[in-house]
Amino acid sequence: MLETSTAFKVNATGAMADAGLQKALARAKPQFAKKRSAAVDKLPEFEALREEAKNIKNHTIQNLDFYLETYAASVEKSGGTVHWCSTAEDARQAVLKICKNANAKTVTKGKSMVTEEIALNDFLEANGVTPVETDLGEYILQLRHEPPSHIIGPAFHLNREDWEDTFRKSHLDLPLDRVFNERRDILTEARLLLREKFIAADVGITGANFLIAETGSSVIVTNEGNGDLTQTLPRVHVVVTSIDKVIPTIEDTLSLLRVLARSATGQDMSVYTTFSTGGARPGDPDGPAEYHVVLLDNGRSGMVGTDFQDMLRCIKCAACMNHCPVYGAVGGHAYGSTYPGPMGAVLTPMLVGIENAGHLPNASTFCGKCESVCPVKIPLPNLMRHWREREFERHLQPQTMRYGLAFWAFFAKRPAIYRIATRAAALALGLAGRKRGSFTRLPLAGGWTDSRDFPAPEGDTFFARYAAAQKAKQ
Amino acid sequence: MTRAAIIGNIQRGLKRGKLPPDQQAMLRARLAAHPRHLIPARGQLDRGGRIALFVEYLEREFGTAARLGSLEDVPTAITTYLAAQNLAPSLVASPHPDLQKIPFAATPLLNVRFGTSTPAEPVSLTHAFAGIAETGTLMLPSGPTRPTSNNLLPDNAIVVLPADRIVASFEDAFDLLRADPKTKAAREKFMPRNVMLVTGPSRSADIEQTLELGAHGPRRLHVLIIDGES
Repeated sequence: MLETSTAFKVNATGAMADAGLQKALARAKPQFAKKRSAAVDKLPEFEALREEAKNIKNHTIQNLDFYLETYAASVEKSGGTVHWCSTAEDARQAVLKICKNANAKTVTKGKSMVTEEIALNDFLEANGVTPVETDLGEYILQLRHEPPSHIIGPAFHLNREDWEDTFRKSHLDLPLDRVFNERRDILTEARLLLREKFIAADVGITGANFLIAETGSSVIVTNEGNGDLTQTLPRVHVVVTSIDKVIPTIEDTLSLLRVLARSATGQDMSVYTTFSTGGARPGDPDGPAEYHVVLLDNGRSGMVGTDFQDMLRCIKCAACMNHCPVYGAVGGHAYGSTYPGPMGAVLTPMLVGIENAGHLPNASTFCGKCESVCPVKIPLPNLMRHWREREFERHLQPQTMRYGLAFWAFFAKRPAIYRIATRAAALALGLAGRKRGSFTRLPLAGGWTDSRDFPAPEGDTFFARYAAAQKAKQ
Repeated sequence: MTRAAIIGNIQRGLKRGKLPPDQQAMLRARLAAHPRHLIPARGQLDRGGRIALFVEYLEREFGTAARLGSLEDVPTAITTYLAAQNLAPSLVASPHPDLQKIPFAATPLLNVRFGTSTPAEPVSLTHAFAGIAETGTLMLPSGPTRPTSNNLLPDNAIVVLPADRIVASFEDAFDLLRADPKTKAAREKFMPRNVMLVTGPSRSADIEQTLELGAHGPRRLHVLIIDGES
């Protein structure tokens, strides 16, 4: 997708004023947290499973070269082909070549964030291959020419009116005055139309939640069954995925599956968890003849051994964004990245450079909720802090911000002066605001006072009061 | 070349070259042993407990179940079920030996075709390899007698599951799969092309986070649990 992370501030302001988006956010926000905690409460072992999931991923990353080589060998052994790709362009070309070799006119697609990351749809279309998204959420976004706003619920920013309106405008063969009495009617219309696409497609493209080194299998997790139809009916199945998805064994994968759906949607298991291993075998009545894996790096190998290595543990469950107050206020599009929310704030600068995504690791209150719900315990606030440090080191922030930080640092490093200065400021503000008890406007604090009053300090600073209390105790 | 570059980049990050042979051997041993991790206690029950838990979770996920004494009861169970759903008594059945043993001739009104489903067929009958009590999940591997299309294309999926094949955990089900091929050589490549773990009928919550059944896979999932010997 087109990365617009540089415009985060403008995007966020727009998002706060978007009534439709705010309605969708208000509806979804409490649901995410409620469903996850209900599922977690029913599994006493959940905390222990999180620790195990973290350890499995860490073990894999420590031996990532070995497990990738083993995985590739297992894929080849089961009759599949692995296409190693360093960059997004390499991956696009690899997919196009497979499509051309298959004489593909249309390809169906299961939901895949890596294909979003490499902007595959636009590229295929420009090269004469028509991609059809089959996940219901991705399907309507393709009709609306919009990027996903969430990594597992791509269209969650839309309301029912938007669905009806888009379907009426796009499905012109159907009577214009048809009635959508229930949400189910919208779903049924998409199901019928997409059935034809599944059958007509020459190539099916899916992502992968996990790649298993032991068996060479790719694993997808869906609720709709669209991914399964995508990888079963066409003659060619292409898995577009990235190097951080590899896991040693089936047992390791099962342990990760136990925390994935519970963290994501609050289900114990998604409806369809499917393991694909190579193409159709002799005697198989169905399944694709060819099985390809387009294995993308796109900067991930560069995270190994750095401050950001822990991010490679991510299993893309979306719990961090589901519980994030910033994401909950502005939605996913404001981030201007394929990956929004806390995980996106760490991953996006890695993919597009901190100079293009500096706002994202700053768009956090560091409340720590993301880390507390992460199924693989990624220290997300810490990683965002690393990005802020790098941004500062490279002088990427505006001068005013740097001056402000330098000004604050001068006092912070000199406690005696800090205490005198803050005490003076508190007393002065307290005196000035004595009458009203608050300020509607303050110099240098417009960002605060534009939307709320600043309370006038009452009495002394915390330090002064604390010192006084300690003295009184003695 | 790309492959070498990616692997080289990872090794630079890990501040080492290729893993030394002894460490590679350790990792190979781990792959060969594929050790289990923590398995939740909730599925670890006796046979009756496992069946009850499987049904409880299947029904929670909007599936339905019927307990039958033997395969001989299947035709009547199916005609009753289809009539209750207002569906025509016609289905496509996977060519699995157990399903071929079912005495369909006794119910001539039920039209049964053995084979791979087309997109037009509304009802399928398939055979589950295992059931998993932990989450009410069916294990449906692919193979000559188990077309994947039959799990996906029809609106209504009816699945025969021998009660003895209801295991506690995912790991137990995969152990059965690992042991399934008859020869040692075949067991090296035990993974079928496709293994589906299915938990309830197809659904989507993409429209306003509200659950609707019947997205692209079956709208209804009905499991016939066969109590007799498997």
